[in-house]
Order: sequence, then structure tokens, then C-alpha cells
Amino acid sequence: MSQQVIASTAKKARSLSPEEIVEIEHEMTLYPDKKAVGLEALKIVQKHQGWVSDESLLGIAKYLDIPAADLEGVATFFNLVYRQQVGKNVILFCDSVSCWIMGCEGIKGHIKEQLAIDYGETTEDGDFTLIPVPCLGDCDRAPVMMVGPDLHRNLTPEKIDSIIADYKNK
Amino acid sequence: MVANPLTKNIDMSRPPLDIAAYEANDGYQSVHAIAKGLGPEDVLELVKGSGLKGRGGAGFPTGLKWSFVPRGDNSPAQKYLVVNADEMEPGTFKDRLLMEGDPHLMLEGMIIAAYTIQASKAYIFLRGEYTVSEQALRKAIKEAYEKGYLGKNILGTGFDLDIIMHTSAGRYICGEETALLNALEGKRANPRAKPPFPQVSGLWGKPTIVNNVETICNLPGILTYGVDWYHGLTKGSDHGTKLFGVSGKVKTPGCWELPLGLPIRELLENYAGGMQDGLELRGFLPGGGSTDFMLPEHLDVTLDYDEIAKVGSRLATGTMIVLDDKTCPVGMVGNLMKFFAHESCGFCTPCRDGLPWVDQIFRDFEKGEGSEKDLQILHDHVTYLGPGRTFCALAPGATAPLGSGLKYFKEDFEKHITEKRCSYKH
Ligand SMILES: Cc1cc2nc3c(=O)[nH]c(=O)nc-3n(C[C@H](O)[C@H](O)[C@H](O)COP(=O)(O)O)c2cc1C
Ligand code: SF4
Ligand code: FES
Repeated sequence: MSQQVIASTAKKARSLSPEEIVEIEHEMTLYPDKKAVGLEALKIVQKHQGWVSDESLLGIAKYLDIPAADLEGVATFFNLVYRQQVGKNVILFCDSVSCWIMGCEGIKGHIKEQLAIDYGETTEDGDFTLIPVPCLGDCDRAPVMMVGPDLHRNLTPEKIDSIIADYKNK
Repeated sequence: MVANPLTKNIDMSRPPLDIAAYEANDGYQSVHAIAKGLGPEDVLELVKGSGLKGRGGAGFPTGLKWSFVPRGDNSPAQKYLVVNADEMEPGTFKDRLLMEGDPHLMLEGMIIAAYTIQASKAYIFLRGEYTVSEQALRKAIKEAYEKGYLGKNILGTGFDLDIIMHTSAGRYICGEETALLNALEGKRANPRAKPPFPQVSGLWGKPTIVNNVETICNLPGILTYGVDWYHGLTKGSDHGTKLFGVSGKVKTPGCWELPLGLPIRELLENYAGGMQDGLELRGFLPGGGSTDFMLPEHLDVTLDYDEIAKVGSRLATGTMIVLDDKTCPVGMVGNLMKFFAHESCGFCTPCRDGLPWVDQIFRDFEKGEGSEKDLQILHDHVTYLGPGRTFCALAPGATAPLGSGLKYFKEDFEKHITEKRCSYKH
């Protein structure tokens, strides 16, 4: 445990890539103060790197000149900022009330069987990570989930199989 | 006359109207009226006169809220408008439809609201998962700039407005308006103490109005077709139309724009098609996951803010979640408690520690391990987490389905204890 702590504090800030910097600079024109761009910067880095490593977080904090602890506070607050490596496709699985009534637990069981992962886990081939998400605002077509940016509705076990196959072939 | 001002342009089988088609259907008329001399005070009077109440949940009169923004030369020069598009309450699916279906309607409403309070900057606080809404809005914003409805000196009025898109990263508490302001400022989204209210001191300490997407989408109709027309829309005592949704095991779940004041029965039976075959209605949450259960005996109550309040619930978001007789009420409330426990921002003790406790008790009930003592603890939490005991309305929201569920489905809770299992599971 203590060894881990030492290792993380010893981590060095990563220099942000030119693409990341261009996008962060653009966001900075939209807010009166640099601190406001913290979440945007985290999302931009996540878009390019897939997740937000300690090195990336330190890099953003340095670039925006804000305390790393403050930025870490923001990063850990939000559900969709990934502080661990995730798979190529993130499945956001709605397990809120309308989807629950419509049987999402069975659908989740099927995903678990097919991909051999539970919430918070990534498949061995790195293709999928499964994460629960609160109501996706599509309750009249429950059960519902997102894969990456795409919404999938009225889920059935058969649909799950074809969705998995589609993303595997992408 | 137009009877469905919020959805008249919406047809989800095609992309939303582009700016030319939107204009051809009375779109942006209100901005032209402003260019012809309609002043901010005039708009404020119209909106007050319309009787529009906020559609974000609390139902606060929109005109009255706007009137708290300081005006005149001595007021701060920078003011802000923020559209609350964080829709995340379980069972709520209405703002998504408006943004994906007719993004220009929201932009026109934003111009009206920003002009009234003289805000030169407006942020859209959009839920990060709403990727289709984001695309639709970004395209519409670009078109509106090109046409001169946004930017500097809009249609020669001397009024400037920039609209900025902020996509969030998933936390229900961000929908609470002061937490939302902290999130926009790049901070952890803990709610702020009120007063000062955002209308006086909001984003970066400047006067700020936060309105819900659907509230904003009511504005173009009011200005274009007039207050008398608006008053003519309703079938009840509150004004205008509203989006009403039904989810759960009904025949045709969906979301429809209807006049306020219709009996709930009409929504459930005529629009949602009644219960699926072989199922009976047990109860329903009338306006999202933080409203109190209502029962079949309440079906003739009308969809009005005050009428629903009279039977102890809230119209709130107007999106109804239906409980059938083959679904466990204890499980349903437990699912909601898991959500509220997960989404607590952790700032105040009753909510941070109380909700996970409640959640754990529901997990025990599900396994058949609940006791009479647990039931008492749940009852106690209805009080401990209630209004006035916590820093914001998240925890009191959780007590709505909890308290009413304990009251209306008492025998189901008891049965879990005596039978040591959930009898709805086979
Ligand atoms: C925990 C919590 C979450 C909320 N989420 C939302 C939301 O997603 N969208 C929304 O418009 N209002 C939400 N509200 C209500 C807002 O605080 C605020 O009342 C509303 O945006 C005001 O807009 P209106 O006057 O147009 O209704 C939430 C409130 C609480 C306490
Ligand atoms: S009631 Fe809950 S969500 Fe609201 S401030 Fe307290 S801990 Fe945060
Ligand atoms: S509860 Fe799953 S989309 Fe609303």
C-alpha cells in the first residue's frame, strides 16, 4: 500500500499533445476563468487517450495552473471521467427504475454471460467495459444502454448479441 | 390555431427542421418582434401574464423568477442565462425529445430569456450522455449565428448574445441549480447556500437565471401567438401545454404534448394504451423518481400542479412511472434508493450517510433479510432526510417515493419480513 502511494506521488506530468492543447485553448475562450475549463480539459484528454491517467491529470493541472488536488476532486466527482483504463467500447448500462421495471436485470445477466464481465470490468480482449449509468432519458424504450456515443433501445438478449457482434467487427 | 407549440415541428422519423424550415413555420418571429421594438420590460410582462411555471420540477413562476434579476444602470453589466439540460432523474425523458426534435425552438427561447434579463452570455448545461442532442444543438447554433440571430447586435437591436455549449460528465446533483453553477465554474458540484439566490449572485457572482429546457421552449409560442392564445391552451387551472410521459408496463409507452388539466386516466388509457395484457395498475409516480406514489383511486385527478399537490404528490417533470401488480413495490423503491444513494454529493451527513443505510436495508429486504427494526429505520429516515434537514432537495426528493411507498405498500414490506423472501420473484 505505502509503496503505491510513493509511486503515485513520484509520477510526472505528461506534456499535453498539440491537438489536446488546441482544443483546451478553444474552451478557454468560452469561460471568464481558466479554472472553469478543468472538466472540459479532462474530457478532451480522455477523448484522445481513452482515459485520464495520473500523468495526464498532472499535465492538465500544470497547463491550467490549478492545484492538482482540486482537479482530482473534480475528476473523481463525475461518473464519466475514467481514472482507470477502459476498453475500446464503454457500455453505459441503464439500471434505473423504468429499465428495472422492464427487466434490465435479465439483460445485464445476459451481457455478463456473453462478455464474462461485471460492472467496472473490461473484457480480456479489451473490447468492452461495462459501467452502470443512471436513467438515460429514454425510459419509454426501456431497457436502454449506450455503447460509446450510440444509444440502443428496447434491448432483448438477441439484440445484445447482435450489438456485441457489430462493435467487435468495427 | 397552434395547439401543440412545443412539438409542432417534431417528427422523430426525420432530422430536425433546419433554420429555413423552422423560420417558415413561424420560427424566430419573436426575435423579429424584439427588433421591431418589443422591450425587455414588455417581454417580462408577457411572460408574467402567461402564467408559465417552470418545468424543471419545482413549478416556480418563470416571470417572477426573472423579475428578481437586478435591472438598470447600477446593476452588474454581465448577467448570465443557463439552460438546465442535465435531465437525469430516473423516469424523466422529455427534454431529450425537445432538443433532438426541434433545437431551434430552444435557441429562440434562449434569445427571449437572455434579452429579457439582458444577459449577453448563455450556457447550455447539457448532460454528457445526450450526444444526439449535442449534435442537433451545435448545428442549430451555427445556423443561428449565420442568420444573425446570435452574436453581436442581433438584428440591429444593439443586443449581443453568445450561446456556449457545456457538456457535463454525469452526476444527478448537477441538475440542482446551484450545484450546476459550481460545475460550470469548474468546481465539484456541491450545492451552494441560498441566499444569495442565483438571480442576484450566480455564475461567477453575477446575476444568473437557470431555466429548464421545456420552460425555455414555452417562450417562443407566448411571444409569437400571444398570452390569450396561451391561456386558451389549458384544460385546467395552470396555463399552457406540457410534455407528459409514461414508462413502465403499459401498452404504448411514450411522451406526448398535452394541455395541462387533463385527467390522469386520459393520459394512461388513451395515450399510453392502458396496462399490458394481464397486468393491473398498482400505483405510479406522476413526475419522475422524486415524486410521491399515487394510486389507481387517483386516476381522475387532473394533471395540474395544485391538483396533484392536493393528493400529496407533485406534477414535477410530468413523466410518469407506472407500477404494475406483478412488479415488486419494495424492489421499485429500492431501485430508486440505490440511485439517490449513489448520486448524493456527500456534502451533508443525513444524505451522505442516511441514503446508503436506506439502500442497504432495501438490499437486505430483497434477500429476505429485512426486519421490523429495519422498517422502523426506514420510517425514521423519511423524517431525517426530509425538507429542511439537508442542504439541498436531493434527499427530500428521495423521501417522496420512500415515504409514500412505505405507506401505500405496507403489506408488501411486511410480507418480505414474514416470508423472508420477495414473493414477486419466481
Ligand atoms: C437533485 C436535483 C436535480 C435536479 N435536476 C434537474 C434537471 O436535470 N433539470 C432541470 O431542469 N431541473 C432540475 N432540478 C431543478 C433545478 O434545481 C431548478 O429548479 C430548475 O432548473 C429551474 O428551472 P425552471 O424554473 O425552468 O423549472 C433539479 C433539482 C434537484 C434538487
Ligand atoms: S442533500 Fe445530499 S445532494 Fe444535497 S447537499 Fe446534502 S449531501 Fe449533497
Ligand atoms: S430508466 Fe432507463 S432510460 Fe430511464
